[in-house]
Amino acid sequence: MTIQFRNETFRNDFTYANSPGNIPRFPFPFPEDEYMYSTNVEPHHATRVGSPFEHGFDVDEHYVAEMKDRALVLADDPGRCQALPHMETAGWDFVELVMVSKARDYPDLFELTMEGDQWHWINKPLQIDDKFTFGDASTLPCHPMEYIGRQVQGDHAILDQRDGNLWLDAGIITAQADWSLDFDVGMNFFEWHAPVPLAHELGVFQRALKFLLSLPQGQPSRRLNWTLTVNPRLDTSPENYPKWGPDKLSVTPDNIGEKIHLRVELQTFWRLPRSNAILFPIRTYLMAMNEVVTQPKWGRRLHRVIRDLRPELVEYKGLSRYHPMLVEWLSKYDDGAPTSPGIFPD
Amino acid sequence: MSASDNLIPVIVSKVVEVNSIIKRFEFKHINGDALPAFSGGAHIVVEMIDGATKRKNAYSLMSSPFKLGQYAISVRREDDGRGGSKFMHEKVVPGMEMKISAPVNLFALDLRAKKHLMIAGGIGITPFMAQMTQATELGLPFELHYAARSASQAAYMGSLKAQFGDAVACYCADIGDRLNLEALLSDQPLGTHVYVCGPKGMIEAVVQTATNLGWPAAHIHFEHFLSPPMGKAFSVHLAKAGIDIDVGPEQSLLEAIEASGTPVNCLCRAGACGQCETQIVACDGDITHNDHWLEDDQRASKKFIMPCVSRFSGKRLELDL
Repeated sequence: MTIQFRNETFRNDFTYANSPGNIPRFPFPFPEDEYMYSTNVEPHHATRVGSPFEHGFDVDEHYVAEMKDRALVLADDPGRCQALPHMETAGWDFVELVMVSKARDYPDLFELTMEGDQWHWINKPLQIDDKFTFGDASTLPCHPMEYIGRQVQGDHAILDQRDGNLWLDAGIITAQADWSLDFDVGMNFFEWHAPVPLAHELGVFQRALKFLLSLPQGQPSRRLNWTLTVNPRLDTSPENYPKWGPDKLSVTPDNIGEKIHLRVELQTFWRLPRSNAILFPIRTYLMAMNEVVTQPKWGRRLHRVIRDLRPELVEYKGLSRYHPMLVEWLSKYDDGAPTSPGIFPD
Repeated sequence: MSASDNLIPVIVSKVVEVNSIIKRFEFKHINGDALPAFSGGAHIVVEMIDGATKRKNAYSLMSSPFKLGQYAISVRREDDGRGGSKFMHEKVVPGMEMKISAPVNLFALDLRAKKHLMIAGGIGITPFMAQMTQATELGLPFELHYAARSASQAAYMGSLKAQFGDAVACYCADIGDRLNLEALLSDQPLGTHVYVCGPKGMIEAVVQTATNLGWPAAHIHFEHFLSPPMGKAFSVHLAKAGIDIDVGPEQSLLEAIEASGTPVNCLCRAGACGQCETQIVACDGDITHNDHWLEDDQRASKKFIMPCVSRFSGKRLELDL
């Protein structure tokens, strides 16, 4: 399968869109008609050909445009990519995992040749053809994490494991849902999750940490998380809040279908072999409300979920300003019919 | 999910008699593929099919983390043990097919350390062999202090001195050579991390001495090479499965649960990782908690058990499995 990469933007004129064929493969995050936190983790097995779960690192029609957007963010703010000094080995683990996976899963797009520690990597969509010595950072143009992080969709945090906790000690984060690497770097699992409401009391983080600390090699896991974003903007960082915060004021009943996007994070967890760290990719998928409701099941269910969302979550996810308007708009797509279980469209 | 779900088929490529009580076993992937990468301190679980008995023991990887064509472990023969080490010593020969788990590391180097101070007792040397290779390759400063009963029983002592030179200091009790922990731990540069693997008494001594000298807890790392303790046979009711199972004197509760075909999570099989934590539905009797995972209040509550190492005696134990 050859992917037609879209030429599109995630800022200014916002030309981002999903082609009709790409819509049904969106990772719709609601398996039921209501939503509450859960440690909804499952094995990240290859699932369902054509879905975003088919391969460990999904490549889709937005790949090239997303990598261009990342380069723009990094040029403007190098602090979006940081690695504490002890995280270089983990960076190499990340390089290996992505290159080996992509070359295996998308042989028409990526090629990897390994002769001992002499590696040759070809990334056709981004027109990269590099030879380097695995483990020797002086043979790459930048830190290994940054090098591969500029070639893989989604943000990537690397969590060091020690003292019975996980520490956010490295990351390349340019497409985040309102959290800051520069603020969080060096924090432990409970510290960087501190702002999340309700979940602490439910013991969600205790259980999640315990699970992650014993994550085995070769058995990655995944979960979906979600929020809503006005305009298809990847970089909704606190650093740039003045650029995107006011977008919320632009939502009207007439433009809500094109303005509001369901923003889904496919979060995966991988034990890294040499560093014993955990790679935490946060892959963002964006879909306009108009595109979501082309799937009748999703339209019905999204109306019910958003309508019944608990007030704390409406506030935390930053939806307060347009929540009633959105519920009203979505209600047109809910005829009250029952929905089938699971996330995939009918 | 459990590390032993996805076992790797291997061939025993070499068996070496290191001394009268220790043998080294080397494994290669059955297809000749590279084995998974790992970091120093990692262990694998080796599955042993001994007639009708299936055992799974964890052993530290001692081979180089940078050479993935083969793995090596060393096994000390425990004649009074549960039979795993005896099986390895008596039945495992080159060419045999076995299954192992992917590596799991519960004893990793803290890569922030300015210096890595390693203290090994007896067969506790094995994880450090991989760690020293890793530290050398990455240019990390380290020192190994290796104590054993006698030179003849101290596996690899000679070759370690040859390979790592002055970074290795050895202490043999039979010639009165003893490691002075107090002196060693009171004179280390700021930012040093200490790692200890060996008999229980040694681990306690290192942790206690370091703590008394004011070492931060986060700089003290230890690994018990604990195998499931034996005991008297007992019976357990698995509530969800609706069955009763018998645990033999040399069998662990975890092994008995696995033998019954009931799903149960596990990883380290040594009471350290927490994966097999199981809720108790009813308990009329006493639990011998042998794990390093549960908190004191959890033990006292009689609501939790780690089936990989803990045992029961009494009238009835009912588990939420």
